Amino acid sequence: MSDTTAPKAVEGGLNFLDDRLGSTTFLKRNLKKVFPDHWSFMLGEIALYCFIILLLTGTFLTLWFKPSMTEVIYDGSYTKLDGVKMSEAYASTLHITFDVRGGLLMRQIHHWAAVLFMASILAHMLRVFFTGAYRKPRELNWLIGIGMFTLGMLEGLFGYSLPDDLLSGTGLRITQGVAEAIPLVGTYIYMFLFGGEFPGEDIVPRLFTLHILLIPALILGLVTAHMMIMWHQKHTAMPVRNQTEEQVYGYPFYPVFMAKTGAYFLFTFGVLALLGAFAQINPIWLFGPYDPGAISAGSQPDWYMGVLEGALRLMPNWEITAWGHTLSLNVLIPALIPLGIIFGGAAAWPFIEQWVTGDKRLHHVNDRPRNAPVRTGVGMAAVTFYGLLWLAGANDVLADKFHVSLYATTWFFRFAIFIGPVLAYILTKRICLGLQRSDRATIEHGVESGVILMSPDGAYSERHEPARAEERHVILSKENPRPERPAVDANGIPAPSTKGPVGHLRSRLNRAWIADDVPIEDVGHDGHGHGNGNGHAAIEAGEDHREISKH
Amino acid sequence: MSDDTNENTAADEPRGEGARPARVVGTPSPAAGHRVLAAQEDDLRPAPGAADDYAAPAGAGAELDEKAARRAERIVSAFFLLTFLASVGFIVYFIGWSGRDGGMHGVVRTRESNFWLGGLMALAFLAMAAGVTIWVRRLMTSAPIIQERHELRTAEADREGFGAAFMEGARDSGITKHKMMRRTLLLAAAPLGLAPLFLLRDLGPLPEKRLRTTFWGEAVAKAQKEGKKGVRLVVDGTNAPLKVSDFASPGGMITVLPEGIEEDLPEGDVLTQTAKAVTILINVPADEFKPAKGRENWHVNGIVAYSKICTHVGCPAALYEQTTHHILCPCHQSTFDATDAAKVVFGPAARPLPQLPLGVEDGYLVATSDFHEPIGPSFWERG
Repeated sequence: MSDTTAPKAVEGGLNFLDDRLGSTTFLKRNLKKVFPDHWSFMLGEIALYCFIILLLTGTFLTLWFKPSMTEVIYDGSYTKLDGVKMSEAYASTLHITFDVRGGLLMRQIHHWAAVLFMASILAHMLRVFFTGAYRKPRELNWLIGIGMFTLGMLEGLFGYSLPDDLLSGTGLRITQGVAEAIPLVGTYIYMFLFGGEFPGEDIVPRLFTLHILLIPALILGLVTAHMMIMWHQKHTAMPVRNQTEEQVYGYPFYPVFMAKTGAYFLFTFGVLALLGAFAQINPIWLFGPYDPGAISAGSQPDWYMGVLEGALRLMPNWEITAWGHTLSLNVLIPALIPLGIIFGGAAAWPFIEQWVTGDKRLHHVNDRPRNAPVRTGVGMAAVTFYGLLWLAGANDVLADKFHVSLYATTWFFRFAIFIGPVLAYILTKRICLGLQRSDRATIEHGVESGVILMSPDGAYSERHEPARAEERHVILSKENPRPERPAVDANGIPAPSTKGPVGHLRSRLNRAWIADDVPIEDVGHDGHGHGNGNGHAAIEAGEDHREISKH
Repeated sequence: MSDDTNENTAADEPRGEGARPARVVGTPSPAAGHRVLAAQEDDLRPAPGAADDYAAPAGAGAELDEKAARRAERIVSAFFLLTFLASVGFIVYFIGWSGRDGGMHGVVRTRESNFWLGGLMALAFLAMAAGVTIWVRRLMTSAPIIQERHELRTAEADREGFGAAFMEGARDSGITKHKMMRRTLLLAAAPLGLAPLFLLRDLGPLPEKRLRTTFWGEAVAKAQKEGKKGVRLVVDGTNAPLKVSDFASPGGMITVLPEGIEEDLPEGDVLTQTAKAVTILINVPADEFKPAKGRENWHVNGIVAYSKICTHVGCPAALYEQTTHHILCPCHQSTFDATDAAKVVFGPAARPLPQLPLGVEDGYLVATSDFHEPIGPSFWERG
C-alpha cells in the first residue's frame, strides 16, 4: 500500500458510491473532523450505545416473547410454577429465561441497558445544563434531548409492563388509576387504553406494539436528528486553551476519535454484559404471575419512574366533589405538576435565560458552572427537587432501613420538597461566588509557591507565583457581566425594553442574574490591570486573544 | 451537512510559564512522547501537548520510542488475543456444554449458562475495548488539530433570496390569488384530518355504568333469585366457602371473592371481574368495633368486609396491622381504620374503602348486596 492512496478495497467501494452520490467530498471533509476532548462529553455516548444495545437485545427477545394475555397453564422448566395459571406473556418470559440459552442473559442486559440508558441521558443533560452547552445555537438539541428522556420513560414503563408478572401488573394498575383521575375524559381514556376494564386482554399486546415499534422509531428519529445537528454545529468545548468561539481544538475523527468511541461502545457493552451475567435484575419468576388481589411490600418501579411514585406518595389526600363530579387532586397534582415543572422548566430554560440576560450571541465555549451562579443554583434546586421526590418514592424502604416511622418520612418529604430546593439554590450560589473569589485571588495574587522567605527583620512570608498559563486561561474564560443600560436615561425617559410589568420583571431578573458577581480582570503579571473600557470585558490571556463582546 | 473548508492546522502551542508541569485539562494526548513519525518534523519544539501527558515518559529518545511502541503493540495484541479466546470460549461453551442433557431445565443450569455466556461475552468486549484504548493512547501518532467554526446562519442575501423565491412560488401556484380554492382546500383538510381519530373509537367500550358495579351484585341477585339470603364468600386461592366458625378468632384477615366468580364467568373475564370484586375480610374485636351509622347490621360478630382495591390508584390494600387495626396499601401507604368503616387515617387516599354488607346463612358468611358505591380509584363521573 502506498502512503498516499487508499487500498483498492476502500477506494473501489468509495468510487462506486461517489460515482452515484458524489459522496467523497463529504467524506473527505469530515474524515478529520475535530472532536474536542473532555470526559463529560462521553456521557451522551453511553446513552447512544445503550440504545443500540437495547435494539439488539430487544430484537432477540421478540423472537420468543408472546404478547398475549390468554390464560395458559404453565408446564415448563421452572417446576415451582408447574400447573399455575398465567398469561402467555408471562409463560413466554419464563420460557426465554429458563429454556432459551442466553435468554436470561439477554433479558438482563436489556433491562440493565434500559436503566443505564435513562441514567446516562440524565447525567448528560446535567452536564449540558451546568456548563451552559444548551445556549444558542444548541437549543434545538436540548429540546430533542428532553423529548428523548420523556419517550424513554414511557418506553421503560411499557417495557417492564410486558412480562405480566406481579410487579409489572401493579405498575399497570397504578397507570390505570392515574388515567381514571383525569377530569372529564379519564374513564374514556382508561377504557380505550385497556380495551375495557382492567386488566382485560388487550393491554399487553398494545403496549408491545408501542414498545417495540412506535416509541423506538420515534427515539431513533430523534437520535438521528440529535447526532446530525451535533455534527453540523460542531461540539461545544470546555474553556481551555485553543478553544474559542471561532475555532475548535482536538483530535481528528479518523483515526483517533473513531477508535476511542468504538472502544467506548465495547466498554459499555462489556459492562452491561458483566451486569447481565452477575447482577440479577427483575427476577420475574420470583414475583409470580399477575393477580389483581395480590401485592408485595416494597414494590418499586424502575428508577426513572421513582419521581412520579414519590410525588404520589407524599401528596395529601385532597379531593373535590361538587355538582356530581369528582376531581382527584390527590392523583392529578402529583402526576402532572412535578414532572411538568422539571420538563417544562428545562425546555423553557434556554429561552428564559436568553430573555433575562439579553444575550443573543452564539456560544460554542462552555461556561464553568461557577461563572453562572444563578443558573447553577437553579440547576441544583431542580436536582434537589427531583432527588427528594425520587427518594420519597422509596420512603417505605428508607423507613425500614433507617428504623424511622413510615409516616415521619412522608411528613419529612412533604416539607423538604419545598425547603430543600430553596436551600440548595442559596448554598450553590454562595459556593459559586466563593469559587469566583478564589479565582480572582489566583489571578491577582498568584498561587502559593511553597517557598518561605525570611525578611531582614526576621518576618516570614510565602512567595506567590503567577498561576500557570493554562490555569489562568481557564479562570479568565469568565465573562464579566455587562451592566444593563440604566432603566431611565438622563432625560428621565425609560428604555423601551423596561416598560410595562413585563419589562420591569425582566430588568429585575436581569439584575438578580448578575448581582454579587465577582468580576475577574487580567491584571497581568506585574499587577497592573489592562484597560477595559465601556464595560465590555475584553479578556486577554497570554498570546491567545479572544474577543467576546461581539454583538 | 457540514460545510467545513478543512483548514486543519497542526496546533503550534509554545509552552512557556516556567518549568512546572502543566496540569491536564481533558484527556491527555495520545502517544505524546512516542511520536515516531512526527519526531522528525518537530524535533526542535515539544510535541503539542507533550508536557501535558503524565502517561508518557517525557524526553524519551527515538530509540526508546521504538522499544516502547513495540511493547505497547505486544500489550494491545495480548488483549486482542484475549478477546479471540473469550469469543471462541463462548462458542465452545454454547456448543459443548450449554446443551448437555437436552438444555438448561431449571434454575441451576440457567444460572450456570448465564455465568459462562455472560462472563465470556463481557471478557471479550472489555478486552477488546482495553486493547483499542491502549492502541489509541500509545500507538496513534495523530496530532491535535484546529478547525475553524463556521458561521451557522445563512448570508442575508440568501435569506432574502429565499423569501423572494417563496413568494414567487406562491404567486405562480395561484394559491394567493384564488381565494375560493384556498378556502375550500382548508375546509376539505379539516375533516380529513379528524377522520382517522374516529377509527380509534373501537379501542374500547364506553365507560357507561361499568365502574359502578362488581360481580358481587350479579352473584347476590342470582342467589336471591334462588331464594337464598345472599352469595357465599369463598377464600381467594382455594375457592372454599367460608363458615363464620372458620373465621372466629379476632385479628385475622383473609381475602375473599364471591362464589361462582371462576365457574360462572367466561375465562377471559375472570381476572377482570376479580380485579373489582376482590374483598378483604377482617375480624375486629367486638369491644373496639364502631359500626358506621346505617351499617349496624353489615357485620357478623365483628367480621367486616371491605373492598381490597385502594381508593387512591387501585393497588390492593393488602397489609393489615393487628394491633392498630390499620389496613395499609403498600404502594403509596394510604392507611385505613378497620374498626371505623375503613376511614382514611393517613396517606394520599381520599375516601374510605367501600364496605360490603355481610350476613349469615346456614353458618356460612354471605354478602347480602353489592358494594353501595363504586370501588377503586375516584373518577370524574363518580360523584
